[in-house]
Amino acid sequence: MNASHTTKFIEVQGGEQTFRTKKGLFPALRDINLTIAKGEFVALIGHSGCGKSTLLNLIAGLTTPTAGTLLCANREIAGPGPERAVVFQNHSLLPWLTCFENVYLAVERVFGAASKSTGAPAENKAQLQARTEAALALVGLTAAAQKRPGEISGGMKQRVGIARALSMEPQVLLMDEPFGALDALTRAKLQDELLEIVARTKSTVVMVTHDVDEAVLLSDKIVMMTNGPAATIGEVLAVDLPRPRNRVQLAEDPRYINCRKAVIDFLYTRQAHVEKAA
Amino acid sequence: MVSAVFHTPVERTPLGCVALHTSNATENVATPARPARSRAVKLSETPAPAAVQAMGYDWRGLALRVIPPVLGLALLVGIWALVTITSGSSIPSPAETFKQALDVFSDPFYRKGPNDQGVGWNVLMSLERVALGFGLAAAVGIPAGFLIGRFEFLSRMFNPLISLLRPVSPLAWLPIGLLVFKGANPAAIWTIFICSIWPMIINTAVGVQRVPSDFMNVARVLNLSEWKIFTKILFPAVLPYMLTGVRLAVGTAWLVIVAAEMLTGGVGIGFWVWDEWNNLNVKNIIIAIFVIGIVGLVLEYALIKLASAFTFEEVKS
Repeated sequence: MNASHTTKFIEVQGGEQTFRTKKGLFPALRDINLTIAKGEFVALIGHSGCGKSTLLNLIAGLTTPTAGTLLCANREIAGPGPERAVVFQNHSLLPWLTCFENVYLAVERVFGAASKSTGAPAENKAQLQARTEAALALVGLTAAAQKRPGEISGGMKQRVGIARALSMEPQVLLMDEPFGALDALTRAKLQDELLEIVARTKSTVVMVTHDVDEAVLLSDKIVMMTNGPAATIGEVLAVDLPRPRNRVQLAEDPRYINCRKAVIDFLYTRQAHVEKAA
Repeated sequence: MVSAVFHTPVERTPLGCVALHTSNATENVATPARPARSRAVKLSETPAPAAVQAMGYDWRGLALRVIPPVLGLALLVGIWALVTITSGSSIPSPAETFKQALDVFSDPFYRKGPNDQGVGWNVLMSLERVALGFGLAAAVGIPAGFLIGRFEFLSRMFNPLISLLRPVSPLAWLPIGLLVFKGANPAAIWTIFICSIWPMIINTAVGVQRVPSDFMNVARVLNLSEWKIFTKILFPAVLPYMLTGVRLAVGTAWLVIVAAEMLTGGVGIGFWVWDEWNNLNVKNIIIAIFVIGIVGLVLEYALIKLASAFTFEEVKS
């Protein structure tokens, strides 16, 4: 790990989330303490229902914690914002807009007006369009720019979702099981693309996943969560694999195998699903 | 939640076909897609005579589409004829009515004084009232629906009022209209307005509330302005719901105008029915019933077409 990884960028202190349901209060998360450095790729892994997405939504600012503080760049996370872009589980493209328009909506919002924080002036239409085209080119979808989401495949939709998030040049990229709904081949291809893009843009990424290989392949740090209700962070595993990473070479690498084994051990031995036991 | 009176246009089609029997055959020729589909179904059932399929026109498919509506029509006319025979001469026979209809439609646009005008004028005057009352209701109801759907506070504020006023029979509003506007025509328009506004408010508000939360999360992450949220997310997402409301509203408006015109008089299809009752001209009343049915059917069909043109695949699911 390089020096920049030691600086705190996202910080969760004593994070707690309780939902009000018809059956009473449901404690989803408790006692979450997590720091993420700038440029770090963090995977959140755990069984379904363990509150991975809840934690991601907290960092995104889509929900507010019941207790605890969340900081991003030393400022409290008060709500969602374009500096923390989200790639949603089901792509969430607007079906009445073309792929280009979907990305342009985000680009226009972020760069179409003068920035208060950085003082950057408003960009003109040509610049905004160039940014949109660049984002689509980044995910290899230049040809599909004028198609509507209903006309392209699931993998392509997810790529548009990633392009939309990346086009905003966010400080943090939050991904909620971005490849969960895809077939294995498409998933592998998009993972490789994501590795490449992140290496180029040096983004800070928090990704929710339930795929062990995906977590080990992509991340610098794997945050393993205990089972819900009242889930918390069970263990944090640093993945000390050199970058750029290649999935074929890594398959034989003992460090990769050890990391993989540690995660599997946590998930299936120590946190074997509670519901199965009951 | 929403009025179910006009909910099933498909079920009404046989009635429409009764009235539209002359245009039924042309409709079959004009829409080759449907006979083609039934041909495909038939093909899968009996794969053998493929050569026959390729050669000839699909007469069987056509027959299957023509015969049931014709039978339905025949049933209606049969019952009608039976009633005519058993009730003496008070109800005119189908043949007599048909003869009278030819006479009425031979000159639909004549004018012989304020109380004696052609059926065409009557229908047009009624449609004009519906268009005015309905247009005003849309202009008020659709924005109101958006506001009520978008803001929880407004929803809680207006929902009791809507629940209270919606079940009121439209004709109960007529005296208020007469009192306030001091005229029959504005009172009729007011009645149309008040009865067609509810489905549009309710459907629009429900549509806004049902906008997928994913879309609203996108809006929140992007920090879109309220105007951008409206134009890029809310409006397109709500459009199908809104058009359903419009369709229900037009159906209700067309129901109400006949009753309202019976009470207010003037020129209009409802007044025509009442006038012919006073003249004891039952044949014209039956013709009017068919005319009202056909116009209602056409209005509804047009709006269904409009709604399906604006519904996106992913919104439907």
